[in-house]
Amino acid sequence: MFSALNIRIGFFLALRALRRASLWTTSLIVFVMILTFLNLVVVSGILVGLIQGSIDQVRTKYTSDVIVSTLNDKKYIENSAGIIELIETMPEVESVTPRYREGGTLEANYKTRKDTDKPNTAPGQLVGVDPLAENAVTGIAADIIEGSFLSTGDYDKVVLGHYLLKQYVPIETPAFSTLDHVGIGTKIRLHVGDVTREVTVKGILKSKVDEIALRTFMVDTQFRSMIGRTDGNVSEIAIKLKSGTDPAAVRDALKRSGVDKVAKVQTFEDAQPKFLQDIVATFNMLGNVFSSLGLIVASITIFIVIFINAITRRKYIGILKGIGIHGRVIEISYVFQSIFYALIGSVVGLALVYGFLVPFFAAHPIDFPFSDGILVAPPDQTFFRVGLLVFATLIAGYIPAWMIIRKNTLDSILGRN
Amino acid sequence: MIQTKQLVKTFKSGEVLTPVLKGIDFRASAGEWVAIMGRSGAGKSTFLYQMSLLDDPTSGEITIDGHNTRTMSAKEKMLFRLSKFGFVFQDYALLPELTALENVALPLLMQGLPKGEAYTKAIAALERAGLGHRISNLPSQLSGGEQQRVSIVRAVAHNPRILFADEPTANLDNESSKRIMEIFSELHKKTGQTIIMVTHEEQYAKLAERIIHFDDGKIVSEQKN
Repeated sequence: MFSALNIRIGFFLALRALRRASLWTTSLIVFVMILTFLNLVVVSGILVGLIQGSIDQVRTKYTSDVIVSTLNDKKYIENSAGIIELIETMPEVESVTPRYREGGTLEANYKTRKDTDKPNTAPGQLVGVDPLAENAVTGIAADIIEGSFLSTGDYDKVVLGHYLLKQYVPIETPAFSTLDHVGIGTKIRLHVGDVTREVTVKGILKSKVDEIALRTFMVDTQFRSMIGRTDGNVSEIAIKLKSGTDPAAVRDALKRSGVDKVAKVQTFEDAQPKFLQDIVATFNMLGNVFSSLGLIVASITIFIVIFINAITRRKYIGILKGIGIHGRVIEISYVFQSIFYALIGSVVGLALVYGFLVPFFAAHPIDFPFSDGILVAPPDQTFFRVGLLVFATLIAGYIPAWMIIRKNTLDSILGRN
Repeated sequence: MIQTKQLVKTFKSGEVLTPVLKGIDFRASAGEWVAIMGRSGAGKSTFLYQMSLLDDPTSGEITIDGHNTRTMSAKEKMLFRLSKFGFVFQDYALLPELTALENVALPLLMQGLPKGEAYTKAIAALERAGLGHRISNLPSQLSGGEQQRVSIVRAVAHNPRILFADEPTANLDNESSKRIMEIFSELHKKTGQTIIMVTHEEQYAKLAERIIHFDDGKIVSEQKN
């Protein structure tokens, strides 16, 4: 039935039908196909991209490619100096930033409040960093929205994450307090254990990574003396790798060197919270649901287009059958026409997605509250969706053609019902 | 070559039965040109459709070249129409999206001829019909007479055993009709083409070797020219 001859003649008829069809009709069908393709790829791509943007932010601004952090029962990484030295000798490593970290409290209104007033405090992670090393790994200086980032020689100066300040987070709940009337140059107090230190706010940074937005940054040498850490052991080491390096390979190399005995060694993916992975899976599923609806709409559109086309051409279909052209040839010609519409729609859609939308969203991410949303369109998934679209339209084109072709030949020629 | 025995065709619409052919016995020999005449509704076109295997009779037998068509499957009938028959319809029945050349070449391609060979054969046939300058034209760019000539060329390009023509001049002016009938005459004289033609026009029926007259679903008279 699907002999080479039938396919050849079917293609011959389809090509001529398309070539001599109304340009407006063809354009409209192709336009519907493009929209369907975009619906298939872009809707789920944006949903996943929303989370992917968040994952990317965590990677670039917090964990970098590989992160070495304290074991669950330790406050710091033992032999940090040796580990940092080892990391710095690895050829795949581009830069490293060791961080000291302690939980503490910030206090703002200690100078003006009366004894009966409630202290204006906010809990947060206090982090000591080498400003140059931190900036080399995370580019943190670019995230400063007020004031400036720390310099190596800064003394008693801090940079606050914007979640610590009321002007940036105007909602206050019992579980989440912020500092009021604090800006650049304001003096605040840091409380870490029994130690209290008065510092000046040098800068405010805005980050979509909660971990960072709740941090207070200080120069490491001063922070170390404040918390009494004389051994130089840090709490986390973020490692940025050279482009093209597999983070898992570096993680495994560090583990082989025994680093995992004193610290957790994770790639940025290992360090992702499980809920993020769950959300990616959930959004993927939601995207598939929306895409399926789009696919059904496209299939119905093609069905209607081919059905109307076949109905209006019923006489000619009858003539073709009358002069001895096999019904299967006519079905194949309609299938080819459907595939053409789907392929042209997909090709234009692919050009739009990879030539315009993906680069555009990469350059101008959508400003979601918790992430810079990008368009995620992995080629393998995209081509799977192209296949899906072509297959759905193939079926949607075949069924109406089959319905019309099985009608009596003479009735078709004479226009009898 | 083609023979019908007690051919009956009855149309059914709900409970109403309308007999159109009432037991036709007919025979045409190879190389014969037969004209079928009769008033509208006499059953002549229905008879042509049964003989040309475009429709299935209610009862009776059709034998073509010794093949009883009752036992043929739809596919066998389709192959029979493709290889042994040629059709000329009243309204030309050309495919609007195919050029004159493509319309003629299509049945040849369907018979398995390579494209080059089919096109060469189709061009030669069109040139013989004086349509060499129209091969790239779509049907909408041709006059009625030209369209019918293309239709005839399509019908005979593969040298069919029988050419069936259903009122081939009904939609044409006198001059075009005359030209079409000249082509039929040439075909019959030069190649011995068997032609079974339904017509209303006496002057063209007289070109045939035999005229049979239909009335009320029966052959009422037969006349040899």
